[in-house]
Amino acid sequence: MKNFKNLSVALAGATACLSGVANVSAAETLDKNDFGNWDIKSAILFYNESDRVQAIEPVITATKQIDTDEFLSFKLVVDSLTGASASGAVPSTEAQTFSTPSGNDSYTTPANETPLDPTFFDTRYALSASWVKPISRFTKLTLGSNFSNEFDYLSLSSSALLAHDINNRNTTLSIGVSAAFDTIDTVGGIPVAFGRQLPEGQEQPRQGEEDDKAVIDVVLGVTQVLSKDSLLVFNYSFSQADGYLTDPYKVISVVDAASAKPIETLYENRPDNRTKHAVYTQYKRNFSGNILDASYRYSTDDFGIDSNTVDLRFKYRLNEQSFLKPHIRFYSQSEADFYTPFFVDGSQPLANNSSSFATADYRLGEFTSTTIGLEYGRDNVRRPWSVALEYYVQSGDEPDNTFGQLANQELYPDVDAVMLRINFDY
Amino acid sequence: MNRKNILTLVMLVTLSACASTPVQPWEKGVLANPDMAPESSPLTSSLDDHIYFSKEGTSGGRGFAGGGCGCN
Repeated sequence: MKNFKNLSVALAGATACLSGVANVSAAETLDKNDFGNWDIKSAILFYNESDRVQAIEPVITATKQIDTDEFLSFKLVVDSLTGASASGAVPSTEAQTFSTPSGNDSYTTPANETPLDPTFFDTRYALSASWVKPISRFTKLTLGSNFSNEFDYLSLSSSALLAHDINNRNTTLSIGVSAAFDTIDTVGGIPVAFGRQLPEGQEQPRQGEEDDKAVIDVVLGVTQVLSKDSLLVFNYSFSQADGYLTDPYKVISVVDAASAKPIETLYENRPDNRTKHAVYTQYKRNFSGNILDASYRYSTDDFGIDSNTVDLRFKYRLNEQSFLKPHIRFYSQSEADFYTPFFVDGSQPLANNSSSFATADYRLGEFTSTTIGLEYGRDNVRRPWSVALEYYVQSGDEPDNTFGQLANQELYPDVDAVMLRINFDY
Repeated sequence: MNRKNILTLVMLVTLSACASTPVQPWEKGVLANPDMAPESSPLTSSLDDHIYFSKEGTSGGRGFAGGGCGCN
């Protein structure tokens, strides 16, 4: 009977994963009769890109069972970033000097190197809470809220998820809605679309101090028990973002039509709305205690980015209390319709032309990425823990319209990162 | 494989699952293992999602795409 009850919790987890509030699912590992005690889980991630971003991200969750099938959870995340980030500008055979986002300072990129903005640093604090409450024998409601703050960005969101079991609890239908309101208070102010970046100390082209955006997400899900040792998740999700979707810290180089040497740097501009559709399916199967976790996601949006993601994990049990979990993930995306690695002089939009869109942000270009990782852990012990080491590499094709000095430059260098993650349950 | 074919395939797999013989409550011992929950490592998932949200052009799918940070 206990196992049956636990399955109900597991299926709640199936739908809770829709909520995007990860700590909700922490409830699923609680003992059903463990009233009153807080279940504490923690993790810390060390993320290191070669010559670029370094991040340390500790996270802790606390979950308490407050009634039968009713849980309250809190999660705290601290995300500390330092390092350098690609600005979008192209490399040149000569050293280039750029103004920092504040406009009060500058940095110089050596010849033949990708311009990286070295002022990239931030600390983000995020607190989320969720409440899982049964509203009938077969229906559960999960309410969540999230607050996230960094020195130039504030995000507030709320979500509601309804999950209903049918078919002798072999099928869970769910619907979730989330609304997020974000405010960006850009260092130096919001740049004018395609405004020219001026030397340090001069007044940069700005159109205000801050801007905002709203994001509405809707997720419809089905979790189906396939057999006594396998299940399938299928989600359709819709996302609508409206407001300021430009990255105020990204720029685009304008290059000379003959030599392809950069002659000026413009601030980018993206559309002010974005609609995304995604389907996600996940298959889990237990092979004599070893667990396959396979998922696939297809996403498309009106930026023009279509992506495919395949994620495979296999938890291989070494013995009753320890396991190895290899992980591999493949991701590919097409480029946004308005992605351009540079402007040839004469083709760039005029400053303030907010009806034209362009970005040189490599993350909106066409690329593939691969993650390979291995986790070792101890579970079925009083204080479970695990350590995972992962390698991530992102590769894009060089643009085919290069000329002049750009023909000898690397415009889309690989980005790779090493990640170390430690999980510990108290 | 185009978009319509992928959607059709996924729907067929899902619907075929619904047509199978229901698993009885007493057969669910394996499924009750927390490792079999779709979201069995929520902290790991949230850390992964944040990395990919900040490095790639697509987010969400498993849950809400949302926003929440200025990293993208």
